[in-house]
Amino acid sequence: MSNIKTFKVFRFDPEKDKKPRFETYKVEWKSGQTVLDGLNYIRDNIDGSLAYRSSCREGVCGSCAMHINGKYCLACEQQLKELSDTITIRPLANLEVIKDLFVDMAPFWKKYKAIKPYLIGKESSTGKERIQSQDERAHLDKVIDCVLCASCYAACGMNAIDPEYLGPAALSKVNRFFLDSRDSAKEERLAMVANDHGVFRCHTMFNCQIVCPKEVDPTANISNLKRNIIASQMSGKLSKKGV
Amino acid sequence: MKYHSVIVVGGGLAGLRAAIEINKKNMTVGLISKIHPIRSHSIAAQGGVNAALNNHHRGYYDSIEKHAFDTIKGSDYLADQKAALKMTSNAPERIYEMESWGCPFSRTPEGKIAQRPFGGAGFPRTCYSADKTGHMMLHTLYETAVRFETQNERNEMTIYDEWFVTRLIVDNDVCRGVIAINIAKGELEVFRSEAVIWATGGTGRVYGKTSNAYSNTGWGMAVPYYEGIGIKDLEFIQFHPTELITNNVLITEGARGEGGYLVNNKGERFLANYPDSSKALEVAPRDIVARNMKREILEGRGINDKYIGLDLRHLGAKRILERLPGIRMHSIHFAGVDPINDFIPVAPGQHYTMGGINVNETTGCEVKGFYAAGECSCISVHGANRLGGNSLLETITFGKIAGDEAANYVSAGGSSPVNASIYDKILSEEEAKINDLLNSKGKEAHPKIRSEMNNIMDEKAGIFREAKTLKEGLDEIMALKEKYPNIKLLSSNKKANFELLDAIQLKGSLDMAEIILKGALNREESRGSHFRTDFPKRNDEKYLKHTVAKWNGKTADLSYKEVDISIYEPKERKY
Ligand SMILES: Cc1cc2nc3c(=O)[nH]c(=O)nc-3n(C[C@H](O)[C@H](O)[C@H](O)COP(=O)(O)OP(=O)(O)OC[C@H]3O[C@@H](n4cnc5c(N)ncnc54)[C@H](O)[C@@H]3O)c2cc1C
Ligand code: FES
Repeated sequence: MSNIKTFKVFRFDPEKDKKPRFETYKVEWKSGQTVLDGLNYIRDNIDGSLAYRSSCREGVCGSCAMHINGKYCLACEQQLKELSDTITIRPLANLEVIKDLFVDMAPFWKKYKAIKPYLIGKESSTGKERIQSQDERAHLDKVIDCVLCASCYAACGMNAIDPEYLGPAALSKVNRFFLDSRDSAKEERLAMVANDHGVFRCHTMFNCQIVCPKEVDPTANISNLKRNIIASQMSGKLSKKGV
Repeated sequence: MKYHSVIVVGGGLAGLRAAIEINKKNMTVGLISKIHPIRSHSIAAQGGVNAALNNHHRGYYDSIEKHAFDTIKGSDYLADQKAALKMTSNAPERIYEMESWGCPFSRTPEGKIAQRPFGGAGFPRTCYSADKTGHMMLHTLYETAVRFETQNERNEMTIYDEWFVTRLIVDNDVCRGVIAINIAKGELEVFRSEAVIWATGGTGRVYGKTSNAYSNTGWGMAVPYYEGIGIKDLEFIQFHPTELITNNVLITEGARGEGGYLVNNKGERFLANYPDSSKALEVAPRDIVARNMKREILEGRGINDKYIGLDLRHLGAKRILERLPGIRMHSIHFAGVDPINDFIPVAPGQHYTMGGINVNETTGCEVKGFYAAGECSCISVHGANRLGGNSLLETITFGKIAGDEAANYVSAGGSSPVNASIYDKILSEEEAKINDLLNSKGKEAHPKIRSEMNNIMDEKAGIFREAKTLKEGLDEIMALKEKYPNIKLLSSNKKANFELLDAIQLKGSLDMAEIILKGALNREESRGSHFRTDFPKRNDEKYLKHTVAKWNGKTADLSYKEVDISIYEPKERKY
């Protein structure tokens, strides 16, 4: 195995460049290093102007999602030894490029904020914690692990055609609160996403499920909301049009 | 120019908690963070957060006083005792509040918040959410901040994410705001305010072998330091016993709290062979475990001469998957081992900065309108050694207190008006500095200076310290400081220039490294995390005092300050 990897990195400054290009860099590497290590090497030693986000370097902060050899993943988790000698890196799709791999996350956060991403519940009457059984708490496993890296948002074909579509991350967040035994706004949450830019835009293509680095399985989360919306509509609690 | 009554710098747990408090008082607050708040390093905290809730069947007799005592004893009596008691007495209320805001804590069979044993604690009092407690707490506080941000009608809360603060504005000992760069655009802007709360986190990246995120450069502490605010006890650096040997990703103390073993190359639980850890074994305090691990390695009993095994196999797959799923994935991703089948290769590495910005137990200092909370601050509740689970607690207790204090200061009238021309003057100074950096004619590569600094600190300011190597280290850091003005950037554009941010922050890192080394050299004793092989005993007569470093325009001047020992008399620390 060669100890040199060729990084082909997407470069674009929309204010200056007519169109994007790929820049090629040779990076010496050793086993144990990740794509993020490679990018850091480039920024430190070859081209300081390369723009990308990073912070925790351990796959927990969600900064460094990008498209690497055909798949969205976290650059800091992607080991170089698992990749071919040439590594092609593109920014997250469905979000505008500010520079290189640094995309404008504003639409992603706007949708996150639109779905009331906080617990709406009765305060505890004892001044202590509310009681939640271990089983009730177990419903939240996985969905609470979402790091909001936007890999799913970039991979989703529906986000590509409908700029208003809330997308897999925000919808999974809705399900996170819907599943929480302490939340008392369940009908409101269902009503909020029972529309064409909400769960019904999802055509169950499973892209989000495939790319999610934290096994959150947004597809299953969205399906759970759909099922509950339909049940609610059948029982007359929710109007068929949604709100 | 932007204006908010209060500016909070930092979007981690401490900063978010402070901003929420100000917003609760219907005051306008601008929260500035160089990375999106949800990306802050608080996200990485694993094991849990301490509070005497008495939820564990063995925690029935726990109390806030016992929590305070454990904290003070753990600190090797360098904590300010009233401050520590303040933190532990606020703890239950803050944890219940986190729960009420939706934090998904793990639960006991009765449905209460689950607690686990942690090092140096008399009772199992560490509340947790599997091994992702920081993630759950940070998401909860960000969600709460978003609730305030999206529900308010008067724009009371504004979050500026990906703005990098370069300067604190202080005029005649009164704080007047900050200057920050909008990273995407590369433009500087003045943020005027009546008060500023500082919550910029730790300085771990001064070291190379560290569990900390890239963002913890030390620049956060350096900015107020350059305005004359003191830095306290920075020589006290916590080395966490169990970091992956491949890239220093942390394996939580919770792994040992759940029953994990530390073994040497003979498969022995060697902690039993050392008097200071023979009783508590794996759950002895961090400083003690880290030193004994390092001794094993130095004396040739490390595995492959390099590391120690953290063995979880006897816990069984079910318990590992349920309680420690995150560190299992870390081990698989970054060390190629699955703890269900193999031991995890670990060694001690830098983890936490006990010291920081010199503030008092109400988070204020001599500069009016300036407050600090969280890991960047030194109040001091951790003294010479922080107990696991106490720093998440510190962020939410003192974050709230800082919010309260700043809001009260502003409601009481804040400071007298200032001549607006100071803002223009300071803004143009900052612009000039950045242009100089971008157009420097120097030759030095800043990443090289950074990696040299990292090596010096790993080698010469580590777990075992002595006068000779500390002096060498200090000379070497001073030489790097001489080189710094001649650094050359590879890029010269302002827009989204992350190299520029690295280069700016390196200056702060070097100045923090200098303070660590100077403080460590002057402190001729061993206390908590600071271990001098040439002075292996604690010396209360001479050193039961805080180190305070002040910027003289070029280097640090040290002085000393009383420790509050008004509750418990200092004793020898035995476990
Ligand atoms: C791997 C790991 C595990 C840990 N586990 C535990 C645990 O289990 N229990 C426990 O009690 N403690 C734990 N700790 C310690 C604890 O996580 C931290 O001390 C705590 O989270 C720090 O929070 P903070 O709010 O002070 O700072 P951070 O969360 O570090 O936030 C700092 C903020 O400041 C901002 N900032 C910094 N500089 C600037 C600037 N110049 N301009 C603008 N913004 C700036 C950043 O963007 C960030 O938002 C752990 C630490 C690590 C490294
Ligand atoms: S740097 Fe945090 S997820 Fe990659």
